Amino acid sequence: MSKYRKNPNPIPVPTPVTKPFWDATREHRLLLQRCGKGHVFYYPRTHCPECLSVEWEWFEASGRGRLYSYTVARRAQGPEFAEDVPYIIAAITLEEGPRMTSLLVEADPDNVAIDGAVEVAWDDVSPDISMPYFRPLG
Amino acid sequence: MAGLRGDAAIVGVAEFAPERKPSRLYMGLESYAELARQALDDAGIPLSEVDGLVTGSNLMEARNLIPSAITEYLGVPSNFFDIVDLGGATGAAQVVRAAMAIEAGMAETLVCIVHTLMPHSDPTVAPQERRRDWGGGNWGSPQAEFEIPFGAVQGTYGYAMIANRYRHEYGLTERQLAKIAVDQRTNALQNPKAVFANQPITIDDVLNSPMICDPLKLLEIVMPCFGGAAVVVTSKERARRAKNRPAYVIGAGEHTTHRSVTYERDFTHSPIKPAADRAFAMAGIKHSEVDLASLYDCYTITVLLTIEDAGFCGKGEGGRFVEAHDLTYRGDFPMNTHGGQLSFGQSGMAGGMSHVTEAYLQLTGRAGGRQLKKCDTVYINGNGGIMSEQVSLILRGE
Repeated sequence: MSKYRKNPNPIPVPTPVTKPFWDATREHRLLLQRCGKGHVFYYPRTHCPECLSVEWEWFEASGRGRLYSYTVARRAQGPEFAEDVPYIIAAITLEEGPRMTSLLVEADPDNVAIDGAVEVAWDDVSPDISMPYFRPLG
Repeated sequence: MAGLRGDAAIVGVAEFAPERKPSRLYMGLESYAELARQALDDAGIPLSEVDGLVTGSNLMEARNLIPSAITEYLGVPSNFFDIVDLGGATGAAQVVRAAMAIEAGMAETLVCIVHTLMPHSDPTVAPQERRRDWGGGNWGSPQAEFEIPFGAVQGTYGYAMIANRYRHEYGLTERQLAKIAVDQRTNALQNPKAVFANQPITIDDVLNSPMICDPLKLLEIVMPCFGGAAVVVTSKERARRAKNRPAYVIGAGEHTTHRSVTYERDFTHSPIKPAADRAFAMAGIKHSEVDLASLYDCYTITVLLTIEDAGFCGKGEGGRFVEAHDLTYRGDFPMNTHGGQLSFGQSGMAGGMSHVTEAYLQLTGRAGGRQLKKCDTVYINGNGGIMSEQVSLILRGE
């Protein structure tokens, strides 16, 4: 039962590569990957996007970041989002470096601060998947 | 620098007027054939001389082996064939590829064709929900898992996020963005093919139109239409004997860095800059020599960033630039004289080609009431995805 959306669809369908990421969301842990050269990346993949290394490890992110940019969708941009208008689509720069697409929740659509601090806000949208949304910090 | 020598030229164009509802019976193959027929008519070149084809990546009758299907249908034995899949940059990129094929000696006369998929429903399969995800919704794609479920669907949200970041860093007013839409509408009023040819608008009309994704309002967003366009490109030798004034492809540049806008490292510095820099260096011309800027305009913010990143003004100066200049066909910085896609209509992937066809109409003195007094050099930019695929093109009439 989604806490933040009236209709939580579409719900991600993991692949063999992304399954560890989504499995961790059930425990409300946000995972990133770090390759042997120290490059940190998101979204989950088999090859580091900076050096194509296949030697990497999962690690848990702080869940904090800054709002790089956002928009308030006043009209649904996809059919599944019709009941959730207005909603805030956000690009978050995580503390660890990577950029992430998410929804900004618990925020006033008319008063959103670019570069403001945000933290992850989990939403258990299915028994298998929790969505890492973000909310303004403080 | 190495690059195109300018030995290939556009000699003919054709374009369906964008339509809200398609009036033709055509499916894909028929559109390709009719666009080829009209463009070759315009060029005064018989089909028998065509030895190369460059198409879009969409054909409702076939998902694969599109080149041979079109070759067979048009009856054009081809020495060179390419499919271009660069979204809104497809049209400009088709011309680049045709020029490359000609200069490399692979073919002499090519037709570049791009069209909108016609919405005929296939009676042999059950109706499926039409996902409006720009083809990124397949299981396993990063879009399907890490974009679309977070609301990042289609393009408007992404351009809106770019506009908000730009405003945060450099300042930008709603009136500045609105002026782009208004000046382009003034151009469209002189273009009978434009979907909005009969509807003048003011800055207040734009500001009062419904907010879709902050800060972009309805009149700053393209209207999806049906249509198509074709361009004939040939060798210098053949162009000299052509019916119309040839427009030589003297500069080109391409650049792409991302698909989802989230992974564009700096929202305010687009991949247009490397593409444009290469095109201007290759052409060996200054920006002041450009008589017409034909800039991909899915949204007002796209135009503003293109003016800056293509080098017509400095970074952060775009808002003041569009305020200070008259962007109409009567003005000191003529831009998107056909109305741009904002006022001409966006025929899907073919929308980007309208910037090429308009350039050629202007270069050949056939732009009617919006004809520029002097038009010898045109800068074109095609933009695909969310500021993703960038293709710059410089044409010179001789």
